Amino acid sequence: MMKKVLAYGFLTLVLLCVYAPIFILIIFSFTDANIVGQWHGFSLELYKRLFTVERLRNMIVNTVVLALLAAAVSTVLGTLGALGMFYSKKIWKKVLGGASNINVINAEIVIAVSLALVFSMFAFNKTYYSLLIGHVAFCTPFVVLSVIPKLKQMDPSLYEAALDLGATPRKALFRVVLPEILPGIVAGFMLALTLSLDDYIITSFTKPAEFDTISTYVYNAVKNTAKSELPAFRALAAVIFLIIVIVVVILNVRAGKKNKNETFMKKEIK
Amino acid sequence: MASSVKAVARENYAGNEKKTFRALFKRSYLAIPYGLFLALFVVFPLFLIVYYAFTDKSGGFTFNNFVAFFSSSTYVSNLLISIGIACVTTAVCLLIAYPVAYILSRFKSARSYIFVLLFIAPMWINFVLRAYALREILNLFGLLGKTNFLNTVIGMVYDFLPFMILPIYTTLIKMDKSLEEASADLGGNGAVTFFKVTLPLSVPGIVSGAMMVFLPSMSCYVITDTFGNSKVPLIGKLIESMFGTNANWNMGSALAIVMLIIMFITMLLTGGFKGEKETTRGNAL
Amino acid sequence: MEEQLTCKESENIIELVDLTRVFEDGMVAVDKVNLKVKKGEFVTFLGPSGCGKTTTLRMIAGFDKPTSGKILLNGQDISGLPPHKRPVNTVFQRYALFPHLNVADNVAFGLKLKKIKVTYERSDGSRFTKVEKLSKAEIAEKVNKALKIVDLEGFEKRSVSTLSGGQQQRVAIARAIVNEPQILLLDEPLGALDLKMRKDMQLELKEMHKKLGITFIYVTHDQEEALTMSDTIVVMKDGEIQQEGTPLDIYNEPANSFVADFIGDSNIFSGTMTGKLKVRFLNKTFECVDDFAKNEKVDVVVRPEDVFLMDEGKGQVDGKIVSSIFKGVHYEMVCKIGKTEVVVQDTKERKVGDKVSIYIRPEDIHIMAKEFTANKYEGYITKKNTVVFGDGEFACDVTQLYPGSFLDEEGYLITAEGEKIDLTDVDVEVEVGLKDIDLNDVDTLEEEGGAVGNIVSIIYKGDHYQVIVRTDENEEDYVCDTEYTWNENDRVSVSIKPEAIRLKLKEEVKR
Repeated sequence: MMKKVLAYGFLTLVLLCVYAPIFILIIFSFTDANIVGQWHGFSLELYKRLFTVERLRNMIVNTVVLALLAAAVSTVLGTLGALGMFYSKKIWKKVLGGASNINVINAEIVIAVSLALVFSMFAFNKTYYSLLIGHVAFCTPFVVLSVIPKLKQMDPSLYEAALDLGATPRKALFRVVLPEILPGIVAGFMLALTLSLDDYIITSFTKPAEFDTISTYVYNAVKNTAKSELPAFRALAAVIFLIIVIVVVILNVRAGKKNKNETFMKKEIK
Repeated sequence: MASSVKAVARENYAGNEKKTFRALFKRSYLAIPYGLFLALFVVFPLFLIVYYAFTDKSGGFTFNNFVAFFSSSTYVSNLLISIGIACVTTAVCLLIAYPVAYILSRFKSARSYIFVLLFIAPMWINFVLRAYALREILNLFGLLGKTNFLNTVIGMVYDFLPFMILPIYTTLIKMDKSLEEASADLGGNGAVTFFKVTLPLSVPGIVSGAMMVFLPSMSCYVITDTFGNSKVPLIGKLIESMFGTNANWNMGSALAIVMLIIMFITMLLTGGFKGEKETTRGNAL
Repeated sequence: MEEQLTCKESENIIELVDLTRVFEDGMVAVDKVNLKVKKGEFVTFLGPSGCGKTTTLRMIAGFDKPTSGKILLNGQDISGLPPHKRPVNTVFQRYALFPHLNVADNVAFGLKLKKIKVTYERSDGSRFTKVEKLSKAEIAEKVNKALKIVDLEGFEKRSVSTLSGGQQQRVAIARAIVNEPQILLLDEPLGALDLKMRKDMQLELKEMHKKLGITFIYVTHDQEEALTMSDTIVVMKDGEIQQEGTPLDIYNEPANSFVADFIGDSNIFSGTMTGKLKVRFLNKTFECVDDFAKNEKVDVVVRPEDVFLMDEGKGQVDGKIVSSIFKGVHYEMVCKIGKTEVVVQDTKERKVGDKVSIYIRPEDIHIMAKEFTANKYEGYITKKNTVVFGDGEFACDVTQLYPGSFLDEEGYLITAEGEKIDLTDVDVEVEVGLKDIDLNDVDTLEEEGGAVGNIVSIIYKGDHYQVIVRTDENEEDYVCDTEYTWNENDRVSVSIKPEAIRLKLKEEVKR
């Protein structure tokens, strides 16, 4: 009994520490004071600003669009890559797999500067293209990592069964293999999405000067608080948190209890 | 008239024998786009780094960048501070994460799931935004700007904790429970069972969690900038400045190589612990 | 005559010609297999795992490409054809049902891909052809029919993951037969089912085969399954066909000791022909019905149910019951005769320890040529690290028993791990190649050991003689290939070079 109380107490304490900063932000998103800790009375001013100030709005749209785009490209590239790799000879499997894993292990700063070096040789340096390529280079290996296990789990005779029943290799791939590894692809997409949304370092090295994502904006705003719209980000944090809660609840309701593990564990491989 | 047309014979149609592009299709070809992408944007950039590291500004071959690095006490102390921060962060994460993962793994499956989710959910809030949130709290407590080193560690632990909890939790959950029962059956009390059975068996999870925390915390200058008022110099920040304000790409590349080597050594050491097969994510393929 | 021949040829739906498959790692999975399968036959490939039966099946289906050789389907080579163009369908070992499709969609998978060339006639008599897909109604009708055949009506909309193993099996069969293949390939389809289910499905498959009238090629390692279902059994081992025949033939007249051992329970003895229709085994000469050359080494196969137990002294050889187990219908008893154990099945129980006598009818003694590649003996190691076998003592290299070991000055064996082992009286299996035995006139026998015996047989084998030397004491035989001429009944000594004596531990020595 004592043990149980201690265990729950410990968990609660850690959770409290984890959530305290977020809750503080959420609480102070309902007042328009510039500094957290000061309460200027209830107001939705920060929310209003978040959605009306053009710079803020653009930045949020930029971030989301970039993440969706990068995740989509990464998912296509990574899924094809995983499929090709899986069905290649051992030597190619090793070479490609090894090259693919470089960016998984590598420090973000090293990825960022090495990409910056390459981009400096091209005309599209510090454009939207270099930014997208940077994000894709960073996200795709994780898509590969979430698709490959699904391919490994798949009964190899499924593909053969499709051929046996008259499907051409291409049809067998689309009608049997792809549906079979779909959970891995979806998980890979989600993972790529969160990685892209989260990224700061690579973005800062590859983005166009005038372009900002949430990460780069907040980073600069924190360093230079004076002229920024930083308080509005308290509202943003609250909105993101709300979205997460909604998504989690929906997934919980929809997914059977057993399947939950997979979808939510996706970040585990990072 | 349509009705006057009637089918008189039906036979199986096997398709025509076209030796076209489609017939030459092999599943392994699907990897070609990704292969090219990797070559161009992952492997080639690393070669560029190596090239820059061993050349000077005029492009001549030199070891000077490395000599300069190891003869500068500032650079070397930066490196040591980075490693120190990473070690402390990893240790603190482990101390918090192991009990959390252990307690979570003991829950009945359905309930544990929701709790695990609670620990992971913050990861989906933007990383920099989360750091900002914590910064505000530290500000409230009046720690900001005073205890830079401590703030940095707090920030790192706050950001990287889930990466430690998840792998340990996964290992514990997958562990054959009958092993613990066997230990108890053979007379091991709770502590003996934990230290002789559970803990050794969860080492793979600990190692991969430690890797996921140690490696990024060595270079994650976003956090030092946010909490440490840029007063805690990380090697990552140094590299950034070489490519930014200092505009010394050669030196920056040499620093990147040093980082790569440290990472390689870490991988080698931890890989040695667990045997090749499970080298964190490296051999996931 | 000529016409008859071609007619007969065309009855073979599938023909394997020198079919060979060598894997990338150099393993020869299928080695020059030749086989003809008649239309409508139920053929079973039977053999232990790794015998090449599944690889052969996969080559017929098109999943594996032959390294060399041909697969003829109705006389046409199809070995280059991809699987989706072959008129064969497969029932996979673990069913390979598509988990994302329901039962009806699984069964309809092949039909939806099928294309039909339809010839139309206009009212003016002119014709044109069009390639069409099957209509939805046609597909639905065929799916229903197939599900009816496998007894799964009403399961159309069920998800395959909710089905039991047996039901999944039926869906897999329906999915294959709905395409009306000329040959149905079944790769251990009942392996994952429990015993009761398996027995039911065996009969159902047999029924289905009769109803459909198409050729079934069935792969299994279960001899009982093969005997129950097949028209023809093809027994395989190490990529080669060992025997091909009806279940009855294979059971009653196994071609070699492997087939005998694999099909049903058998006693297999090493024997020697001692005269016309006389074979010696169990230290006794028996009458038999198979004719082999005198002095030839043979394998003698006797089924346990063909051994009769009688009271002591009344049968051919006396022995003692050492174990007895009730098996439902009969008792399975082991009778020890000398050093050899004979398994006996009888409805009447004999108690352990009973002295009995066995009787075997001549027609129940199946004799088959022995593939004689080496002399094999049981022996033991002496204090001097020599080995005793075959009524002789030979110098040998005992360090081969433990890789990396060596002998210390006291004669103890030191293993690679540094352990010290005393080998005295350790039982070993000894193997000596036919070419490694040297024969000498008995008077030149040297001090160091060897064995002495009389030459009982000399067979000329083209470029050398195969000589059999039999010792006096225990009648142990040495078979050796030699280029020198000897005469029958010559008394000779046997010597073997120490390095030519191959030793194997009978069991791990306690350290």
